[in-house]
Amino acid sequence: MSTALLHAHPQFRLVAIPNTLYDFCARVTKEIALAATITEKILANAAGREQVTPGEIITAKVDAVIGHDITTAAFRELEKMHVDKVFDREKVYFTADHFVPSPTLDAAAQLKDLSAYIEKYEIKHWFAQGRGGICHAIFPEQGLIRPGMVVVGSDSHTCTFGALGAFSSGLGATDVAAAMALGELWLKVPSSIKFSFSGALPAMVTGKDMILYTIGRIGVDGARYKAMEFCGETIRNLPIDDRFTICNMAVEAGAKNGIIEADHVARAYLEGRTRTPFLTFSSDQDAAYEEEYCYDVTRLQPMVAQPFSPANVAPVCEIPGVKLHQVVIGSCTNGRISDLRAAARILRGKRAAPGVRLLVLPATQQIYLQAVKEGLIEIFVEAGAMISPPVCGPCLGGHLGLLADGEVAISTTNRNFVGRMGHKNSRVYLSSPYTAAASAVAGYIIDPRQVS
Amino acid sequence: MAGKAWKFGDDIDTDAIIPGRFLANWNQQPERLKQNCFIDLAPEFAREVTADDFVVGGANFGCGSSREAAPVAIKMTGVKIIIADSFARIFYRNCINVGLLALESPAASAGIRHGDMLGVDSAAGVIRNLTTDESYSFTPIPPFVQQILDLGGLVAYVRMRLGIE
Repeated sequence: MSTALLHAHPQFRLVAIPNTLYDFCARVTKEIALAATITEKILANAAGREQVTPGEIITAKVDAVIGHDITTAAFRELEKMHVDKVFDREKVYFTADHFVPSPTLDAAAQLKDLSAYIEKYEIKHWFAQGRGGICHAIFPEQGLIRPGMVVVGSDSHTCTFGALGAFSSGLGATDVAAAMALGELWLKVPSSIKFSFSGALPAMVTGKDMILYTIGRIGVDGARYKAMEFCGETIRNLPIDDRFTICNMAVEAGAKNGIIEADHVARAYLEGRTRTPFLTFSSDQDAAYEEEYCYDVTRLQPMVAQPFSPANVAPVCEIPGVKLHQVVIGSCTNGRISDLRAAARILRGKRAAPGVRLLVLPATQQIYLQAVKEGLIEIFVEAGAMISPPVCGPCLGGHLGLLADGEVAISTTNRNFVGRMGHKNSRVYLSSPYTAAASAVAGYIIDPRQVS
Repeated sequence: MAGKAWKFGDDIDTDAIIPGRFLANWNQQPERLKQNCFIDLAPEFAREVTADDFVVGGANFGCGSSREAAPVAIKMTGVKIIIADSFARIFYRNCINVGLLALESPAASAGIRHGDMLGVDSAAGVIRNLTTDESYSFTPIPPFVQQILDLGGLVAYVRMRLGIE
């Protein structure tokens, strides 16, 4: 049996090896056993190992630890650990995005404490209010996220950075404190699920529709503890902003991380943002996957996730006439410049329907400024929108647009659990910026292709 | 020691355990979380739960936000053990880190009804349903995780690693 044949049939690795052939096969097996997914390769590199196996617990060096105002909790844990400095002050990134500008005295006290901790621990990359934006947008924008990195943070949507070919995963406050102290993290190596997309996306169908469709297919625990790897020609042709959207929502299927190999699109994004060298990893053709899904997007339609689950997904056209009180465009999922351009394309010269509150939240100060320069903000204001600072605000029912008893919203955010945006009897539908903007104009949920 | 089962369904998200509006500066006074634990889903929970009680969930318990305030809110009610068919991964880690025992047991999750009286026999490694006289095994805790638990949690683990007294 030739090595080439073994390469072509990686499942042969699992076949019991007869004793007489043992030596030969062991040699060949060793040679091809290195076939690995991008996630496994990044984790092996971070663990200082040649190879890691799904299911094993490893200790990986982390290249960055991220946090925001609610992560103030992690600094308090760091104090309980009696740790007086972080493992590397250049590798800890903080921003203030959840409860800013402070809506309550608790939030104000938290921000005051966080500012003191930033000073005490000499955190270098700190994006204070008015100088940054939402964590999952600001850190890549500033060139702080690069392919091949291991990034952890105390926000579940930390998986967003997989769009640049990094391993990134969300944790709680104490885990983040431990990572800030040790510069490493224990984790179980996830097995990978491959999502291969083919075909060209129809007009006004986006990365958001792709990920909603995917979560709708596999469910909110369909990738629990797993890596979701997105690939195929549709992904290769997909702009970086849509890739961020897709990886952002991997956690909504329970995934540990979402990831896309860094290619020319990722490199073009990184150009001018960072001069730090980085390693790019890619999956071997014969890498082992727990499951593989192939989706043809040629006939994909604008999708929505209905209350109360990101997996309760249907094409927009199948749920006509849902009356709206609020429309939210923005967030770590869809608050980037191309998202705002998409919304403006629909809203130009139009107004939100009477009775509909339209909120637009650019994800960073720089995106906000770009939207001003391009005239997008003017379009939004003329459409009757209120423009928010670059914060999370209503997405988590924090502030700046909570829903009352019985109210309904469509939002470009990532979660629609019971009470997520306010009252327990309010309802949130999730969609792309095109669908949300079109629905704002109509006053009810509508396919964006019917408005433009 | 026996306590009552508070039974919840599948995919209980951390927003349901403690909504986002209570997160600002939560760990300055974590005991304040108690009164709002499961506030929208089961408002009676915070009023009636006792320290011996158990939270019992279905599949994917604790999905969604990474907020550590969720297991801490449950811990602040006095509950020490959560049993579920399966746990979302960040929530499971957070439980270990804050000292809340999370036991994965599909059989217990399926067999236990709301209000059943439960006990855990750690030596035998079983959950006992005193109401129905059933016993359920649970997934053993990985040795590495047990090491962290034995040390008294992740804070103690980091101090040990860094040689801090």
